[in-house]
Amino acid sequence: MSIKGKAFIAGVYEHPERHLPDRTLPQIHADVALGALADAGLSTSDVDAYYSAGDAPGFGVLSMVDYLGLNCHYVNDTETGGSSYLVHAQHAAAAIAAGHIDVALITLAGKPRTGGDAPGGSGRAGGAPEAPFESQWGMSVPGGYALAAQRHMYEFGTTSEQLAEVKVAASTHAQHNPHAFLQDVVTVDEVLESPMISDPLHRLDCCVITDGGGAMVIVSESVANRLTRHAIPILGTGSFVKSSQSGRIDLSHTGAVRSGPLAFAEAGVTPNDIDYVSVYDSFTITVLITLEDLGFCERGTGGQFVASGALRAPHGELPFNTDGGGLCNNHPANRGGMTKVIEAVRQLRNEAHTEVQVPDCELAVAHGTGGSLATRSASSTMVLGRSL
Amino acid sequence: MKLPAKAAQPNSENLPFFEGAEKGDLVLPRCDDCDFVIWFPREICPECGSQKVSWFKASGKGSIYSSTVTRRIPGGWSKVTPFVLAYVELDEGPRVMTNIVECDPEHVSIGDRVEAVFEEATNRDGESGPPLLRFRVTES
Ligand SMILES: [Zn+2]
Repeated sequence: MSIKGKAFIAGVYEHPERHLPDRTLPQIHADVALGALADAGLSTSDVDAYYSAGDAPGFGVLSMVDYLGLNCHYVNDTETGGSSYLVHAQHAAAAIAAGHIDVALITLAGKPRTGGDAPGGSGRAGGAPEAPFESQWGMSVPGGYALAAQRHMYEFGTTSEQLAEVKVAASTHAQHNPHAFLQDVVTVDEVLESPMISDPLHRLDCCVITDGGGAMVIVSESVANRLTRHAIPILGTGSFVKSSQSGRIDLSHTGAVRSGPLAFAEAGVTPNDIDYVSVYDSFTITVLITLEDLGFCERGTGGQFVASGALRAPHGELPFNTDGGGLCNNHPANRGGMTKVIEAVRQLRNEAHTEVQVPDCELAVAHGTGGSLATRSASSTMVLGRSL
Repeated sequence: MKLPAKAAQPNSENLPFFEGAEKGDLVLPRCDDCDFVIWFPREICPECGSQKVSWFKASGKGSIYSSTVTRRIPGGWSKVTPFVLAYVELDEGPRVMTNIVECDPEHVSIGDRVEAVFEEATNRDGESGPPLLRFRVTES
């Protein structure tokens, strides 16, 4: 059974703030939950399924269902890092297609800018089996992604200038987003002159650290039909956990090489058909490799592809992350999957900023990556349409 | 400068690796059923699912698969920047995350030949624990 056309994103909401020292984590989950439900024209009493990941406090779904006052017969706390929310959407779409639920609420919230507990891991039993072999080497998050970038440069001749163009394109989009954490347009030289974190990644190759969150509401066709808001059909989904490959990790690709084809096949479309893409952008290298993996350009040519200006909205070959993405706009809770879906929905509703709205945007892809490209990661791809 | 050396806490499943490290040997598990050399050390073969493994002494030699010089990092590691984080591909096959030590970080490259060096490590209470598997360049 396919989920194609069975489930619809009826409401989305991105928290407008980027620094929330005075709001509790449950409050931020509630802010975005109520925002997305209001966008859909629904209320908490309509929700019959709730999804959250490791960023939900306490007992996760149990704590949040209780706090929000929901009545759910379907809950899911799949934790795959930043891609969790796309995986949740996939699972919600499947549950809707199977007739189990009608209104699924997915929330993300966090306060890494303010500081405090990092999401994920809490409540998991015992230590990770890989930890005795990976936690001694000073691998920061940028350091891990730098290993992937170095290998890509070695294999394919990718350059720092090409990586920088990803940030430059994101910044040209972010200048139009009044909520973006960074709104200044930057140049390739400014990226290259920013402090080196881990070779070859400079500070401006890295995403922002922001408080905030986002939510989406996914509904069945019968619910979508009685709503006045433009609901976006989910046409295809795919996820894949790329392991450390039995200790022979290949850093030159991500799990998107598997998640992408699954999503495109279910939707019955090809990468060539896509008008807009939200690509996970924890780092510039994440975007470049993922574009290759998803088939938007040939393996090894991501550098040339991005340097051609392809990513720039509205008229590039493949406009990306028109909200400014995680590199400039928002990376709430250190997790970018939710905001990737939200901006894709804005594009398909023709509600992106006019300067970056892709004309006649009919088909969009949202893609999330969680975990670390340096070790193990989960990729999730969703194909969305303006209409069925 | 000496890098931070936090001892790992062995468990019953990976103990032979750490016992080998105490003696300065790189000891790895190999699958009894399909001969696959397993990384990270554990008693299951990720290739065929067998839980029958035997431990053997590996060469301790390999080459750099990828490496990065970390220049900015929070916490204790900030005191030892710049340092080299790397994946070393062992001659037996596995790609192992590690540090390259006893080197000029600016002159470490993918493809460099390396050999294992076991560095003293201490646990949380300051007691010595199993040494850490790091590598030095033998041929660049
Ligand atoms: Zn085996």
